[in-house]
Amino acid sequence: MVTANPEFPLTGPVASPSLVTRLHELVVTVDHKKLGLMYIASALVFLVVAGLMASVIRLQLAFPNNHVVAPDTFNRLFTVHGTTMVFFVGMPIVAGLSNYLVPLMIGARDMAFPRLNAFGYWMFLFGALLLFFSYIGAPGLSGHGSAPDVGWFAYAPLTGRAFSRGNSTDYWILSLLVSGIGSLASAVNVVATTFSMRSPGMKLMRMPLFVWLMLVVSAMMLVAIPPLTAAQIMLLLDRFVGASFFDTQAGGSAVLWQHFFWIFGHPEVYILIIPAFACVSEIIPVFSRKPIFGYAVMVGATVMIGFISVSVWAHHMFSVGMTSVGNTFFVVSTMLVAVPTGIKIFNWLGTMYGGKIRFELPMLCCLAFLFQFLIAGLTGIMLGAAPLNWQLTDSYFVVAHFHYTLIGGMLFGIFAGIYYWYPKATGRMLSKRLGKWHLALFFIGFHLTFDTMHLPGLLGMPRRIYTYDPGRGWEIFNLISSIGVAFQIAGIACLAWNILRSVRKGEKAGDDPWDGWTLEWATTSPPPEYNFETVPVVRSARPLWDLKHPEDPDWKYE
Amino acid sequence: MTNADALNLTDESAAWKLPSRRKVAVACLILSETAMFTIFVVAYLFYIGKSLTGPFPADVLETPIVSTICLLASSLTIMIAERAFKRESVGGFRLWWAITILLAAIFLASTAAEWKRLIVDHHLTISTNLFGTTFYSLVGLHASHVIVGFTLLTLVLILSLKGSIRPADGERLEMISWYWHFVDAVWVVVFTVVYVIGR
Repeated sequence: MVTANPEFPLTGPVASPSLVTRLHELVVTVDHKKLGLMYIASALVFLVVAGLMASVIRLQLAFPNNHVVAPDTFNRLFTVHGTTMVFFVGMPIVAGLSNYLVPLMIGARDMAFPRLNAFGYWMFLFGALLLFFSYIGAPGLSGHGSAPDVGWFAYAPLTGRAFSRGNSTDYWILSLLVSGIGSLASAVNVVATTFSMRSPGMKLMRMPLFVWLMLVVSAMMLVAIPPLTAAQIMLLLDRFVGASFFDTQAGGSAVLWQHFFWIFGHPEVYILIIPAFACVSEIIPVFSRKPIFGYAVMVGATVMIGFISVSVWAHHMFSVGMTSVGNTFFVVSTMLVAVPTGIKIFNWLGTMYGGKIRFELPMLCCLAFLFQFLIAGLTGIMLGAAPLNWQLTDSYFVVAHFHYTLIGGMLFGIFAGIYYWYPKATGRMLSKRLGKWHLALFFIGFHLTFDTMHLPGLLGMPRRIYTYDPGRGWEIFNLISSIGVAFQIAGIACLAWNILRSVRKGEKAGDDPWDGWTLEWATTSPPPEYNFETVPVVRSARPLWDLKHPEDPDWKYE
Repeated sequence: MTNADALNLTDESAAWKLPSRRKVAVACLILSETAMFTIFVVAYLFYIGKSLTGPFPADVLETPIVSTICLLASSLTIMIAERAFKRESVGGFRLWWAITILLAAIFLASTAAEWKRLIVDHHLTISTNLFGTTFYSLVGLHASHVIVGFTLLTLVLILSLKGSIRPADGERLEMISWYWHFVDAVWVVVFTVVYVIGR
């Protein structure tokens, strides 16, 4: 006779675990899917927080001579907004997507180092909390300072002991240092997983483009984040033990900080945008019912972007007074980026050309992404030309440009990814009606805010100013920009409600709602902890196509 | 038949070889560390000759010949120790591993002596001038890596003496030796920059 073990009851209904049990489960988990969702959920929370900060900034700038917040509060707002969006929204979304999807797409049961993976997540979260804790903690014993107010790239000498009293800058440094270690852990993990955990037959050139792009992003992180860490260590030494790396009075160089920061900073913006490329490269083929156009060229273009990205940093510094040789080099290398990026855009168009396009939500996001990213790229080329850059640098034109890439490009790509993979992660579809509201509202809001924002920049409005006098011709554009924010907030509210509501009430998705071709659609939705009961064997770049069309499989043509 | 079942029918799974995940990860780590050291080296090179006040490198630096020989030799001894491990010669492994630790300790001790001389006799600290700033941070960053390596090496020796290192741990030891070779290679760069070019 079998004796019933109280911990594993053989019969009777299984009680659903208590809240404490479930929270405990989140804290101790090393499962790549849970960690991936935790990354993405945290990123979305920070997106809302930093987005609300941006709303206050826009409120302050809506009218001339406005005083919604105090000037020093305003400086903290744009600093924490920028830092949060780059490091605690962009980076965890990269880590979250790659964590959740890379093992599933290559037919692995987990990442190469599950515990390192959990370590990475908690370092990221700790870093983020350090930044926000600065509001309370930074005054410390001296009573000076609050949240950091030096801008997200923290130029010297603003960060020097003399100009940044209290501990606000120290919190900024430590926050990025700690979360940088987390990002490195995640990057090492993704590279090791892609090289060492692929299921049989999954050769490198059979991997989904998503995996390829995440591999390149992770490799870029490996070489881009350590320079930031190094510069942060130097700044800490300056601030705490009296070193003089960036102290101009002792012969140090403030420009050196700019170089070190942007050696990290420019690869960083590609690290943020390439995951959007990754989502788009998976979604456009599936919704055009055609394999990706020019797979090998797409891989090559991505690797090329990775290499070029580490040689363009000083295009952020044209106005600092480099030699004309230096300026020319960085103009040319910057222009060079347009080549692989253009290849990508043409390949996405080539994939859609002649395809049987289904206008589902993910595809709608991709279409918006395509032309918005194109415009963002064009203003990028304008800013990459040194003479025009001298005129436009540090103006609202720059602000409009990079928000166009990061919202119009990255965020729309991420939206596409959320609509596409949400059914896989939860087993439920997102509501199509709410989704259309979200896209329509956000699309209108985005264009109201950021199309208009280019114009005050061209008219000479500097970035980061607290307020401005009437009569410069900036008023109407600033007002329209600020009105757009209301639409964006409404749109994001629709998305948030949709995500929360559909977990329980969404339509059941099934394993493969989009008729996809990559391995994540071969397992159940949501996937079991072990991902695949038996490790799949792969014979082409579209394993599920082969399976669904045994009469005409892809591997016949490879 | 579900999707997952049918994927399993082909026979390519035989002879499917992938690189070791440990090796890939340690290679990644070394790549990142290289990027970080590059920034410190660039800072050092950039600030050569830019100190406003003394002491200057030419006045106070002495070439650390002995410790350099010790550190470079430790790359050889760790290789010999690894070979002994592969031959399953436990005594040989422990002997050469311990010699490696000793050489690392000599290096650290001579760095400590050098720093003491600079700080006490020449009054050069990290806040004295740009030379002090860049010297202590670059050499210190390298020394901190030697300390990490020294700790790892010592842990392995203790575990080996306790008898808890098995032949299957060969790849783990190899990873430590990769890291150790990297630390040595960085020293070649640091030595050239600080004691040859910087003087």
